[in-house]
Amino acid sequence: MINWKVILNISKTHLLSRIKQSSIAALGVTFGIGTFIILVSFMTGLNGLLDGLILNRTPHVHIYNEIKPSEVQPLDLYDKIENSFKIVHSIKPKFTQAKIHNAIPLIEKLKNNPDVKGAIPQLKSQIFYISGSIELGGNLVGIDVLEEVRLFNFGDYIVKGSPEALNNYENGILIGAGVADKMSLDVGNTVQVSTVRGDLFPLKIVGIYQSGLADIDNIQSFATLKTVQKILGEPKNYFTDINVKLFDIENAVPMALEIENQFDLTAVDIKTANAQFETGTSIRNLITYAVSITLLIVAGFGIYNILNMLIYEKMNDIAILKATGFSGRDVKYIFISQAIIIGLVGGILGLILGYSISVVIDNLPFETEALPTIKTFPVNYNGWYYVIGITFAMISTFLAGYLPSKKAQKIDPVEIIRGQ
Amino acid sequence: MGNGIILEARNINKYFREPVLFHVLKEINFAIKHGEFVSIMGKSGCGKSTLLYILSTMDTDYDGELLLNDEMVTGRHHEELAKIRNKNIGFVFQFHYLLSEFTVLENVMLPAKKLGLKSLEEIEHDAMEKLILLDIQDQAKKLASRISGGQKQRVAIARALINDPAIIMGDEPTGNLDSHNSQNVMNIFKNLAEERNLSLLVVTHDHDFAENTDRIIEMGDGIILSQ
Repeated sequence: MINWKVILNISKTHLLSRIKQSSIAALGVTFGIGTFIILVSFMTGLNGLLDGLILNRTPHVHIYNEIKPSEVQPLDLYDKIENSFKIVHSIKPKFTQAKIHNAIPLIEKLKNNPDVKGAIPQLKSQIFYISGSIELGGNLVGIDVLEEVRLFNFGDYIVKGSPEALNNYENGILIGAGVADKMSLDVGNTVQVSTVRGDLFPLKIVGIYQSGLADIDNIQSFATLKTVQKILGEPKNYFTDINVKLFDIENAVPMALEIENQFDLTAVDIKTANAQFETGTSIRNLITYAVSITLLIVAGFGIYNILNMLIYEKMNDIAILKATGFSGRDVKYIFISQAIIIGLVGGILGLILGYSISVVIDNLPFETEALPTIKTFPVNYNGWYYVIGITFAMISTFLAGYLPSKKAQKIDPVEIIRGQ
Repeated sequence: MGNGIILEARNINKYFREPVLFHVLKEINFAIKHGEFVSIMGKSGCGKSTLLYILSTMDTDYDGELLLNDEMVTGRHHEELAKIRNKNIGFVFQFHYLLSEFTVLENVMLPAKKLGLKSLEEIEHDAMEKLILLDIQDQAKKLASRISGGQKQRVAIARALINDPAIIMGDEPTGNLDSHNSQNVMNIFKNLAEERNLSLLVVTHDHDFAENTDRIIEMGDGIILSQ
């Protein structure tokens, strides 16, 4: 039977009568937890931003026809020299059409797969932007714009105009920011494009696209699939790429393999394409947690130290409490409850501090050419970090309080009383 | 209380092991009756304080048997002993052991709060009553560190009384007080024994003090010389 009211009353008196020391101990926890929240929110916010920059607009599986030499040369098929040593010089890539054969049934099949969030075709073509006598080389990509917005956050990169406008105009184009700059074009203007074969087409600019990567913005523009098919003079089932987005990115590798084997196409999964990217993310996370845990451990040592001192100072009190009928366990709880109160108060203040500073960071202007949609520093307000923070505060203060409390429990009152 | 014996020690032996083996208490046998005021006298180092701490249940490292209210105390667990102390034994030490960060009233109330048998209001009322009995009610709201030595000792006695214990033990309760305050404490003890029929066991150096008690136990070199 433990009388918590009495014990908490004693710890309260202990804490309040030395409010300076108690506050310093609690502040240690506050700064530890506060820094953890700030670091983790900011770092994961930044990670999310960078992930978004690359991963969100990268298809999980990218299917296309690659120009490459045949792996099996005619010589390999000739069985009379099967076991001989063969050398073929000057192998040229095989001529294949850029078009994906039977693309529409393939897309249907992919869409029916329960793992697939969406599969959308693209049509890539080489064009020239014509401005007077100047011809600028570039790419025009035919897209299903609404699906691109839904699956690949395409809308984030349209800095002027709107992606939906593409569907409203017969011959609309979303032009790359670099191209628009060079040619002094703006939304509402018309741009002439010419195909490799020399056919000229006027397209109306309905929006400006800025990816943040200058190399892309200087050449890339987007139009509807229909427009690009018309420019190229190709039929409605002519697509060069299929981009697949999955519900779970982990399925990308097996799915890419399966598609390659089944359809004789090149399928690249996101992990292969962006392997170094994931490494960066996990290392940043690791650093965040390492720094935060170090801070909390330092705060824990602070509490340990202060409680230890407190117990030395309170030897007499402990002896009296024990002599008047408080058991060792009561005394232990008196000191542990002080540690827990310090941890709880410091931890909650830390969460508030962390949240406030996160809000401040979230509102600091952060404008960069590379990230057109970002106006302030990214911050991730995931509630789990707050749960982790307060849990860690409680655990570390409990451990820091446990050892000194255990000592207080074992103090022999006779020794103290005789020692006077 | 059956035969009227509150506290009984049977064949108590105690050794100090550090720095060398030393036989402090040898075959101690005695009993204290209900309402008896007993003092233990002896020279420094004869083991009288050691004996008191054994009798108080705080020291458990001894051979022999200790009975409180006819119940065997020896061999009980620490937690149980704490409960027994809380309920049955009141302490008064040579140095005024009060919790300095608490008020006088809180100091007196604390053992009763630990016992937890009464409501807070009742405990406060009882504590006030004990303070009035000892004539220090006007200091009740002061911090324990802010009152004089004689007052502290009276507060300690009030605290010892709060749970209406079976016995009050004192380790040189007047050792640190001037003659006026000593006399005062003596009178209080005397009154408690006579009017409230309390049992008291006091270790003392003070001959005047001891002569006022019902019985003197003389100790020397770890044995009882006379009782």
